[in-house]
Amino acid sequence: MSAETASPPRLRRFERSALSGVLVREIINFSAFWRSSTFSSTVEPTIYLLAFGFGFGSLVSKVQGLDYVQFVGTGTVATAVLFSSVFPGMFSTFVKYTYQHTYDAILAAPVDTEELVTAEALWIAARAGVFGCAPLLVAMAFGLPPQWSMLVVPFICALAGFGWGAFGILIAAIMKSIDNFSYVTSIVITPLFLVAGTYFPISGLPRWAQVAAEFNPLHHTVELVRHASFGWHGTTDLLHLGALVLFGLLAWRLAVWRMERRLII
Amino acid sequence: MSLAIRLSGVVKRFGALTAVDGLDLDVPVGTCVGLLGPNGAGKSTTMKLLTAQAIADEGELEVLGFSLPRESKHARAAMGVVPQLDNLDATLTVEQNLRVFAHLYRLRGAERHAAVDRALRVANLTERRATKVTELSGGMRRRLLIARALVHQPRLVLLDEPTVGLDPQVRQELWALIDRLRSEGVSILMSTHYIEEAERLADTVVIMAEGRAVARGRPTELVVEHAGREAVEVYGPPAELAAVEDRARRNGLRTRRTGTSVSVLGADDGASVPDGVRRPANLEDVFVLLTGEEVA
Repeated sequence: MSAETASPPRLRRFERSALSGVLVREIINFSAFWRSSTFSSTVEPTIYLLAFGFGFGSLVSKVQGLDYVQFVGTGTVATAVLFSSVFPGMFSTFVKYTYQHTYDAILAAPVDTEELVTAEALWIAARAGVFGCAPLLVAMAFGLPPQWSMLVVPFICALAGFGWGAFGILIAAIMKSIDNFSYVTSIVITPLFLVAGTYFPISGLPRWAQVAAEFNPLHHTVELVRHASFGWHGTTDLLHLGALVLFGLLAWRLAVWRMERRLII
Repeated sequence: MSLAIRLSGVVKRFGALTAVDGLDLDVPVGTCVGLLGPNGAGKSTTMKLLTAQAIADEGELEVLGFSLPRESKHARAAMGVVPQLDNLDATLTVEQNLRVFAHLYRLRGAERHAAVDRALRVANLTERRATKVTELSGGMRRRLLIARALVHQPRLVLLDEPTVGLDPQVRQELWALIDRLRSEGVSILMSTHYIEEAERLADTVVIMAEGRAVARGRPTELVVEHAGREAVEVYGPPAELAAVEDRARRNGLRTRRTGTSVSVLGADDGASVPDGVRRPANLEDVFVLLTGEEVA
């Protein structure tokens, strides 16, 4: 008795068609809940922008030579990216593999964990690229002058969103309970969110906090968006870009590694 | 004879627990093999091994000629899987669920539309194509899971407890659907703990217990080999039943408790059996004898 003859191999290890298959699933699903998702991802940062911009703006007129509303408006873009990427990465991924068993269904098709995680992170990145621009548009309504260089902001948001989305997936793969996410939010996300130069310049912080900020991907996002809005800083911006690329690559590979351990028993 | 599935000496451990313990299993092309066993026998783990969602610690696995786990992606492209747990996208419609999987199985353009229409027809869900999954009955959701597994016309289908938790009428509908697949030449590996399901659908039944295949063969052959042709059911108070069991064992016959009665197996011509109700021996008798588990 012999096993049935195999057809010639035609599937590669990492395939664009597998990625597009997972992305199609996300897009069709998104059509069912885009309103609520868009609302939560754009309104929350906008409220921060308005509250800080007009609250502190009445006390502080200029920061680093910029109107405070413009300073916060550009900084809040990074907050919008964070909210629209790390939380879907964490919660949505955990729900999909623990409660909905969605990943069991996808992995029974010709899709590998690496392709699944990559597609999920790319989808989160695409959404972050769009949602991240909302605060910038609001800031424009309050006097931020539009610049051609701002057209790169969606790409900066997508790059940062890919990293934060992958980071969220990594956390979802590590945690055993959804309740444990509050530890990550309190110990990791909130400090990174505050020490990024979004609402106040990090130059006013102690030296150690300034050094720590250099390891904060959110800080690099804030700087790149501000420089896209008010003028590029040459090599410094290449370093910011490099830091985001490095963060994205590291978070992606770690997310793939941990998710494989979680999904393949 | 060519094989759709070949497992040889497969072992899968979870820490101290050995879920699959040296399993040998062949599924010839175009046949339906039923994995019959109680909960915890290793059936679902075996199914996961076949999709490479579990990696074997020892042994060889081949699916449709592809070696697992190395070539599992090729094998998965040519097979369909109906899971035990409902993992449909609940917020999507019936058609959207199928369309997503047509994409995942690399069907393109017009081919994809035709595949979705065909799967809807096979599962008798054409009228429900625009219905959201949340509005479907349990039976319809099961049919949709089967349709999803068939959307790319696989050569092999894995059915993991396909009718668990469904009422008898819906179960009959699904059996008819599975039977049609088998008659069309699709190879099927089906895990179940329903005796009747295995008896009705499987060409070959493999009885599993504690991760091992403890018996295999055609259902009728298994019955004759392990339980004889006939059984005698004796009813009475517990003390009397205990005495019947004791006498039967001394006469070299096997027994099983069935609620308020004792079944004495192997009550064939010439056997010394007590008075009682004669009935044909069945696969349930074999299952209980070999696994030690009473059927729920």
